[in-house]
This record gives sequence, structure tokens and C-alpha cells, in this order.
Amino acid sequence: MTRTTPWPGTLPRLLPACRVAGPVSLAEHTARYGPPPSGPGPRRPEAMIAEVDRAGLTGRGGAGFPTARKLAAVAAARHAPVAARHAPAVVANGTEGEPASAKDQVLMARSPQLVLDGAVLAAEMVGAGEALVVVHRRVREIVDEAVAERVRARADRVRLEVRTAADRFVAGEASAVVHWIERGVPAPTATPPRLAQRGLHRAPTLVQNVETLAHLALIVRYGAGWFRSAGTAAEPGSMLVTVLGAVREPGVFEVPIGTPVGRVLDQAGGASAPLQALLLGGYFGTWVDAAEAAGRPFSSAGLADLGAGTGAGLIAALPAGACGLGETARVVRYLAGESAGQCGPCRFGLPAIAGLLERLADGRGADPGLLQRWLGQVDRRGGCAHPDGTVRLVRSALRTFGAELSRHADGRCRGRAGVLPVPSGGSR
Amino acid sequence: MTLPAGRPAARLRVDFIACDGRGLCAEALPGLISLDDWGFPAVSRRAVPPRLLADARATVRACPKLALRLEPVR
Amino acid sequence: MSAALGGSQALWFVSRASGLALLAAVSAAVVLGVAARLGPRRRSPLAVGELHRTLALFSVAFLGLHVVTAIADPYVTIGWAATVLPFASPYRTLAIGMGTLAVDLGGAVLVTSVARTRLGYRAWRAVHGLAYLAWPAAFAHSVTAGNDLRIWWAALVVWGCATAVATAMVARLLSWLRGPDPAVPAEGMFR
Repeated sequence: MTRTTPWPGTLPRLLPACRVAGPVSLAEHTARYGPPPSGPGPRRPEAMIAEVDRAGLTGRGGAGFPTARKLAAVAAARHAPVAARHAPAVVANGTEGEPASAKDQVLMARSPQLVLDGAVLAAEMVGAGEALVVVHRRVREIVDEAVAERVRARADRVRLEVRTAADRFVAGEASAVVHWIERGVPAPTATPPRLAQRGLHRAPTLVQNVETLAHLALIVRYGAGWFRSAGTAAEPGSMLVTVLGAVREPGVFEVPIGTPVGRVLDQAGGASAPLQALLLGGYFGTWVDAAEAAGRPFSSAGLADLGAGTGAGLIAALPAGACGLGETARVVRYLAGESAGQCGPCRFGLPAIAGLLERLADGRGADPGLLQRWLGQVDRRGGCAHPDGTVRLVRSALRTFGAELSRHADGRCRGRAGVLPVPSGGSR
Repeated sequence: MTLPAGRPAARLRVDFIACDGRGLCAEALPGLISLDDWGFPAVSRRAVPPRLLADARATVRACPKLALRLEPVR
Repeated sequence: MSAALGGSQALWFVSRASGLALLAAVSAAVVLGVAARLGPRRRSPLAVGELHRTLALFSVAFLGLHVVTAIADPYVTIGWAATVLPFASPYRTLAIGMGTLAVDLGGAVLVTSVARTRLGYRAWRAVHGLAYLAWPAAFAHSVTAGNDLRIWWAALVVWGCATAVATAMVARLLSWLRGPDPAVPAEGMFR
């Protein structure tokens, strides 16, 4: 199996080595990584999928699903008993609906060619003739130019098309992206049938986060062994993490999976104030006590006993002077407003829960029994994970900031809210 | 778990995107379906008892949005 | 001859009576169908839904009686083709044709409703909307195909049905124009 010469694989892998602003051009990209392997052997779809499988790549969009399994499912749909009449479709999902997360935007802005490589290779693996790249509006121009570069160089047999993502939190959900492309409605759709069987324009559809595709592009070049040289055995590879809040240099960093949480914070210059808590994973993630979490590996296995995970690759640092309940109330009110509004429990339950949290944070007091009741009535009762993620966040806030509830009831909380970004007016 | 007639067990499932909270299902099958504080159905996750299967099927047909389904328990 | 005329009279009476009952039944069905989606939370949504279905099925029975007696009646020539082909009747072509139109449209609504679970919601909903055309056709037929509006109580039934259905349709139109309800805050939130 011919491969390009392995590039000495230290980090960063996905992002450019130096902090130069602006995207890496096609020429610079090819100079750094070399071209993808050529020849019928290594480019055979089954061989490539097998390599991705050996590498153990999982989705970097938050769900962590094994990528090779998704690829195989979409590729196999054409040979199903009721064979799909349409060629498969590939969607590179760079929507990044999470307002606190910036990793996909940074990746597309700095290394668009790597993601486009991945999209093209994924298309070849599943037998698709084209790939749709859905990106945040801030990076649309950069990605358009990157695609134009490839077209001029006649780099691909697969057609690339770029779309701007919708400006909503749920817009990044896989079926919502497809719905957005098809009908301009960024709302999730009912799951049977699965996207791998019938998705975009009734074709078997692969929806993959842009970071996952970037890793995929490198696995095809350098192999599974190289990919596994970073990260842990169970969760191999590197990941992009957005670090924000009370840190000296907030930003997006690439770290091997399993790096201790404190070391990830150090990449961002370390804490700028004593920390009380960390939000791990994103707005569907989990609050954890800062001291408890600092030594843990930033991986799903390492955080499992804290009830947390890496989620969408995000760590938000909450300083001691801030109010965790207040932050959570603001975020939940935002999430309630971002409900697609299709499912009753989410559409009515989330605003109700937000109201109770606001009362708790304000010191006006709220019935904790009612809060628990509504959390239970909303959890897993919707067409997507929006209510589930919100419930998870709230439950972790009650655990982590539970000791403060009495202080709030007495009106003694002096914390200032405003650490976590919450867009107003629905724009990011 | 199979029923005496050899058919696989089934349970009810709600498609919340289709559901409009009209409440016919909870009225028709009070033993298996209750309404949450906003009028939307909470369905028991257990298999439907054999004696209620016919009623369950009728309730599935009665839903104005076709949001209720009977699916086999795996 | 008088016996044959007597038989024809009987058929004619049954046709008119079943026609009136049919109009009342489908009108009630339409009003219930509209009411199901409008108005505040009611105590028994199931009753509304099931009554709507039952009345619709009763209508089929009245329709059968109405059509068969009208066509079998030797006094007027309508012809069996006119049951499904609009404007195929030599007698009062336009008036009978309206009735046929109502049957065709209503038939589509009925068939798709029976096969609802197999068709899926969207296909069913698209055809069910034809009810909004079927009723006016049925009403037009009612006021033009016979002379019974001269009878005061028959006129009462006919115009009563028209008022009820018109009210329901206007309410439905207003509701559609208004758009979906905003999120209703849960009661007991500030307990």
C-alpha cells in the first residue's frame, strides 16, 4: 500500500503550526501534508474505510459515533434489499450552532483545504459524486475561495458545493442540516428513516463534522498507526478544544485526547482568576467543580465518573466571583428560545424551566420539586436531543452549585453573570 | 418476551415532532398514557399488555396527527 | 299506472329525505372536523374525533340511499353514469353535476381516511382538504337540485347547516391567518 511519506506527527495536526492569520492555501497545504495517496489500491473505498476503522476515529461533533461505522452504513445502503435509487450524499457539517464554541470556524478559517480533502475522500468512500460543505457565515468567503482554488487546480473528481449554515443553535444537528439544505428550515426531522438510509433528497446521506473530516484526510495519508500515536487507546487521536471564560488567552487549541484538563487550560494561558467550576462539553455539557476536574484526563473515559464528557470540545472556566446559577439561567433561557418549537415538551417545558432557574438565581425562590418534575417531563421527550442536553446542563448545575441555593434564597449571592456568551436576538 | 399467540411484544412510541398535544390518546388509553403539564403524552416504556393491544391499535388509528406508533420491543 | 307513480313518489320522497339527512350529517361532520383543531382544551377530544368519523360514515349510508333512489326513480332520467361523472345527467345537469362533484371529492376524502395509516399524514392531509370544496358543491346541489326550499322546515335545515359550516370555515380561516399560538406558560409556575 503506497502512502505519502509520514510527516513527523507531533501536534498541531489540523491547525497550522504557526499563528499566522488567514487560511492555508492549496499549495501550502500540499507542501505540508503531501497529496492524498494515489493509485487504485489505497484509494479503494473499502480499504480506506478499513483504515479509518483501525484508526478508531470517532465523530468530533459531540456525539462521538465511530466514523467507520457511519461510512460503512452509507456505503452499504446502495446494496440494501430495497436499493437506494439515488447516489449517496455527503454533508460536511461546520454549522457550529453552539455560541460558545469556535473550533469548527477556526478550523475552516485556517485549514479549509484539509477539511475539503476529507469531504472529498469521504465522498469517494461512500460512492458519492458530490459533497456539500455547510459553514458558518463568518468563514463562508474563505471556504468559497478554497473550493475555487481546488476547481482551478482540477484537484477532485467529486464536486464541492458550499452553503451557509443557519444561525440557530439546533441548526447543527445532523437532520436539521439536511432539512436546512433541502427546504431552508433548520429544524430536526423524525428519525426513522435514518440519514444513512434516506436523507438529503432521499439519498443515503453521510453527515460528518468538519473536524472529523480533517482527521479522516490525515488518516488516509498517514495511516491508522500514526493517528493512534496521540490520544488514548480507547479514544485515539487529537481534538480541537475551545477554551473560554476566566483564562488569560481564550481560543481554540489542539490537544491529544486524554490531556489533563488543567494542562488544556494552560494552553490558554492558564486561569486568570481562582476558578470555582468548569463547564465541560458545551451548553449540552456538564458543570463540574474546578478543583476536582483539573487533574482528570479530558476524555470521555476520564470524565465519566464526574458525569461529564468532552462533548463538542469545549471548556469554559467560571471564576470564583461569578454566579454559576445565574450563568446557567441565562444559558437555559437562550436554549429555550432556540427550541425548534416542533415538540411540545421542549417548546413549553424549557421556557418553564428557564423561568424557575431565573427565580432561583434572582433569589425569588422556586419550588425545587417542581423543577425536578419538569426536568423529568422534558428529558428524552422530543424529536432531537435539545431537551435532553438542556436537562443535563441543569442537573449538573444543581449538583455543582447546589450549596449556593441557600445563599440565593437569602439573597446573599453577589456573583456577576456574563461569563458565557449568550447571543441576543438569535444571532451568533 | 412473546405473547401466547406467538406475536412479538409491542410498545407505544410518540413522534413528538408530529404530536400536537390534542390528548385523544391519553383519553383512550389512560392506563398506558398520561399527559404532562403541557398536555403532551407520556407513554409507558413497558410492553403493552395483551388485553390492551386491540385498544392500543385503535388509539394509534385515532391520533389525528398519526403521531402514535406501536413498535416491536427489541 | 298509479301504482308505478306511487312507487316513483315513494322513491322521490326517500331521495329528498335522505338528501336532507345527508346534508345535515356531512355539515355536522365538517363542523366537528374544524372544531377538533380550534378552540380551547376540551374535556373529551376523543369524543369530537370519534363523532366526526361516525357522522362521516353515517353520511355514506345516507348518500347510498339518496343516490340509488334518485336514479332508480323512473320519473326523471339521471342515469347511473351521473353517480361519478359530473354533468352527465340530462335532468338538471348543473344541479346534479354539483352533487356528483361532491361525491367525487368526498369519496377521495373517505378513501384516504380509511387508508390513513398506510398513506402517511401528509398525503392524507392534502386530500382531506378537499372537504372544503366538497361541502360547497354539496350545498349548491341541495339548493338547486330540488324544490324543497319552499318547505319551511327543510329550508331551516338547509340554511342552518350553511350557517354552521360557514361559521366553522371562517373561524378556521381566521385561525390559519393568525398562525400558531405562542408558547403558553405553564400553570402553577409561580406556585
